[in-house]
Amino acid sequence: MFLYVLSRIARALITVALIITLAFVILRMTGDPATIILGPDAPPEAYEAFRRNWGLDQPLFIQYLSYFAAILKGDLGQSMRDGRAALDVVMERVPLTLLLTVPALLFNLVIGITAGIFAALNRNSWIDRAIMTASVTGFTVPSFVMGLVLALIFAVKLKVLPSGGSETWQHTILPSVTMGLIGAAIIARFTRSAMLEVLGQPYIRTASAKGLNWTDVVIQHALPNAAIPTLTIIGFMIGSLVAGAVVVESIFSWPGVGRLLVGAVANRDLAVVQVILILIGFTMVLANLIVDLAYGVIDPRLRHSTPAK
Amino acid sequence: MVTKATLKAVDGVSFDLARGEVLGLVGESGCGKSTTARLTLGQLPPSAGEVIFEGKTVPSSRTQQWRNLRRHMQMIYQDPLGALDRRLPIIEQIAEPYTIHGIGGSRAERREKAQALMLQVGLRPDQASSYPHELSGGQRQRVVIARALALEPRLLVCDEPVSALDVSIQAQVLNLLDDLRRKTGFSALFISHDLKVVRQMADRVAVMYLGRIVEEGPPEDVFHAPLHPYTQALVSAAPSIHGNRGRNRIVLSGDPPNPVNVPGGCPFHPRCPVAVVRCRTDVPSLSREGDRAVSCHLAGSAGGGGFSPAPHPKSKALEAV
Amino acid sequence: MTHSGKQTIFKPKQQDFLIDVRGLTVDFDIGNHYVRALHGVDLSIRRGETLGVVGESGCGKSITWLAVLGLLGGGAKVSGSARFDGQELVGLTPRQLTAFRGGRIALIFQDPASALNPVHRIGRQIAEALRLHRGLTGKAAKEEARRLLDRVGISNAAQRLNEYPHELSGGMNQRVMIAMALAGEPDLLIADEPTTALDATIQAQILDLLRDLQAETHMAMALISHDLGVIADMADRVSVMYAGRVIEEASAEALFERPAHPYTRGLIGALPDIDGPRHRLEAIPGAVPAPSALPPGCAFSDRCSHVETICHKGPPILGLVGGEDDHSAACVRLDAIEDQELNLASQPSKLVHQRAGLQEGVEA
Repeated sequence: MFLYVLSRIARALITVALIITLAFVILRMTGDPATIILGPDAPPEAYEAFRRNWGLDQPLFIQYLSYFAAILKGDLGQSMRDGRAALDVVMERVPLTLLLTVPALLFNLVIGITAGIFAALNRNSWIDRAIMTASVTGFTVPSFVMGLVLALIFAVKLKVLPSGGSETWQHTILPSVTMGLIGAAIIARFTRSAMLEVLGQPYIRTASAKGLNWTDVVIQHALPNAAIPTLTIIGFMIGSLVAGAVVVESIFSWPGVGRLLVGAVANRDLAVVQVILILIGFTMVLANLIVDLAYGVIDPRLRHSTPAK
Repeated sequence: MVTKATLKAVDGVSFDLARGEVLGLVGESGCGKSTTARLTLGQLPPSAGEVIFEGKTVPSSRTQQWRNLRRHMQMIYQDPLGALDRRLPIIEQIAEPYTIHGIGGSRAERREKAQALMLQVGLRPDQASSYPHELSGGQRQRVVIARALALEPRLLVCDEPVSALDVSIQAQVLNLLDDLRRKTGFSALFISHDLKVVRQMADRVAVMYLGRIVEEGPPEDVFHAPLHPYTQALVSAAPSIHGNRGRNRIVLSGDPPNPVNVPGGCPFHPRCPVAVVRCRTDVPSLSREGDRAVSCHLAGSAGGGGFSPAPHPKSKALEAV
Repeated sequence: MTHSGKQTIFKPKQQDFLIDVRGLTVDFDIGNHYVRALHGVDLSIRRGETLGVVGESGCGKSITWLAVLGLLGGGAKVSGSARFDGQELVGLTPRQLTAFRGGRIALIFQDPASALNPVHRIGRQIAEALRLHRGLTGKAAKEEARRLLDRVGISNAAQRLNEYPHELSGGMNQRVMIAMALAGEPDLLIADEPTTALDATIQAQILDLLRDLQAETHMAMALISHDLGVIADMADRVSVMYAGRVIEEASAEALFERPAHPYTRGLIGALPDIDGPRHRLEAIPGAVPAPSALPPGCAFSDRCSHVETICHKGPPILGLVGGEDDHSAACVRLDAIEDQELNLASQPSKLVHQRAGLQEGVEA
């Protein structure tokens, strides 16, 4: 078990390092921050001073190494806009994004898993067909369309919810629901197929043959086994929620990390963009690490990683 | 993280196979039967030793030389559906070996040959364009056999070829293999856990336990007067529709040990009902007299070119239960 | 024979039976219509008796018992009768049936490794049955589970309770399944291919264990198997099934010595043996028909070498085989075939008789 945890953590760290590298390479190779931040009309000396100031005149490889060295010391650089620490700029937006993503995640799991289980238990009935139709709609519609449609219905037509901003708790509803619906659609589909697979297993028949009633068979025997494949998709879900926040926050003018990222990319505010990418990457890696560890808890076959006798 | 251990799936196995002969290989799961099959075909590199086919060492790498040899060595598996391509009509699959080896003439000629093969294995011409899932288990195995025979192999390795089939179909396939052997004269390595099937098919039989051959000889001798205590137990445990109840059944205790952790001395001694002290320390070797061979300290030489079997554990059998 | 009225319809005495299945039919809903998988199955088992149920895949030998206990799910329509100790089981609600399942009627299945829940400890899975049928919980359940594991021959029982199925061998897992079945102190154990997935030496262990347990507890057993050898070894009486019907029923001795139905004879002739002279197997031509495409009349008629026009008239019913009162077969040409057999019996090539004779010779 200890080795299992250790190997998962090592793998997670390598992934984070790769994300940092990738973010660095892509951002440095697409456009010159000096031109964008100082504007096209600044004198040549100003550009040079700016580049020297931020170390942009060094070869890319040296920049990369010093950047990495700084990260290991805990320094993630400064925003090129206002010179504040990039980490601070990002961190002050994080709580606002969590305000959307945490309810969205709960919505995801509760609605998605419940719907998936019900669809599987009532396979080929109208319940199943209704849930699966809703699910297909949910994950084929892009999030900006979903967001706009919801805003149109609830803000413009019915006028029951605000369409944008961040003043009251009502403002969180539409963006959270937008994110939650899409996630729920995907989770419902996965839960359904995981449940169907498990319900066809011989041990389910054994449980019934033992004299358990169907509800107990489902709760005690089917659900723990169906949870194993469903966990995988939940890991992806958590990561993609943060990424999905970029679009949804823009639609609903929510001042979270997502909108900050859109602004920072447009401005070539390298340090800020990088911190956000690292943050997203870190969340995904952390989510998958938690999922991997949860596997070990749920599935005894993984806990004993040495082959069975 | 898996602890590294060496698994000796097959340990010092030697056998030979004459032209046109069928050697049956019996044993329980994990005894190394299938590994032996793969080694024979050069699908696995042996860590020591070699396989010689018609005077040439079988290379274990995928060289041109190996491909040329493989033309003459074909295999039939337990699960015919897994061995066939679900998306191709069966006639194309039967003709496939010709295409792979670039022989058999034009497309039309190859098809004609494939049709002849279909008839030979008892498939109807109108089934040519069927897909594997449209056929029954027995018919699928016929397709696999037809494909294996396309190149007129000189060696056919059959790994549990009828284990997945129902009794009535099993007999059809066994009869078919027997007929084809008479007609084309291939040699065969016939692997099965079912002693009755092996007896039906084999000219000679080798019994494997934990990666080693423990007994070898003509089927009638091995199954009717087994020398090794393991063979004795296997034979007595084979359910037969005739007088099983009255038979002195030897029930071995315990499971076969893990091949990663082979017991010292005779590998069979922890389960052997008649083991003596020596069996725990000395590894017996396969000794040969006449057409029989056995690897057991207790199966003594009877003199005059024969063995005496290990003692029958009549009284001990009851304790083992 | 013809419809001369000579054929006696087989009617067993009801009161003797622990379970008596009569005219059981099962239809599966396959979307737009139903396909009949069982066409009126009659089976019965006396207390303490072992009934062997033999047949090839798709003959309905497992479905019969799953149907009796309502374990086929919503897509199956079950009708007919199954009286267990006087109580009709067909038509009971799922809740009423749960009291029988795992209690007075226990089941064990073919592949023990996948028949046990991989994420629950062995002890918990046995304790569940003890709680359901004997009201045992906590320490008492654990102690009883340990005793049961001990009884089925698992060493270190106390330690095994905390292990998971993947830590045990196939034979061990089947012992766990048997222990779980014993938890409800069943009157009837339904063993569905209990040794098919196991190695020969392990199969011998499990069959011996079942025999011992039966002698000790006097439970009746339905042993379902495709392996005639296992059936011959274990069964008191045998029912042979083909395409959703019982086509022959007899004591094990009579069935293997004097098989009457052409299909039963075919099965025996198709079986290689470890004793006796080697000879070519007598394969049954063709394959088992799909349930949706049965030939008219007798379902075996398209593979039978004795087929006549009369065989297509309607499905034959079980009738007594001449001269025996506990042996019946569903074939309208029984008499004709029997005559034919007498002629052939003198020829050494006829497998069944030669073998039977040989065996008697050995034992005499």
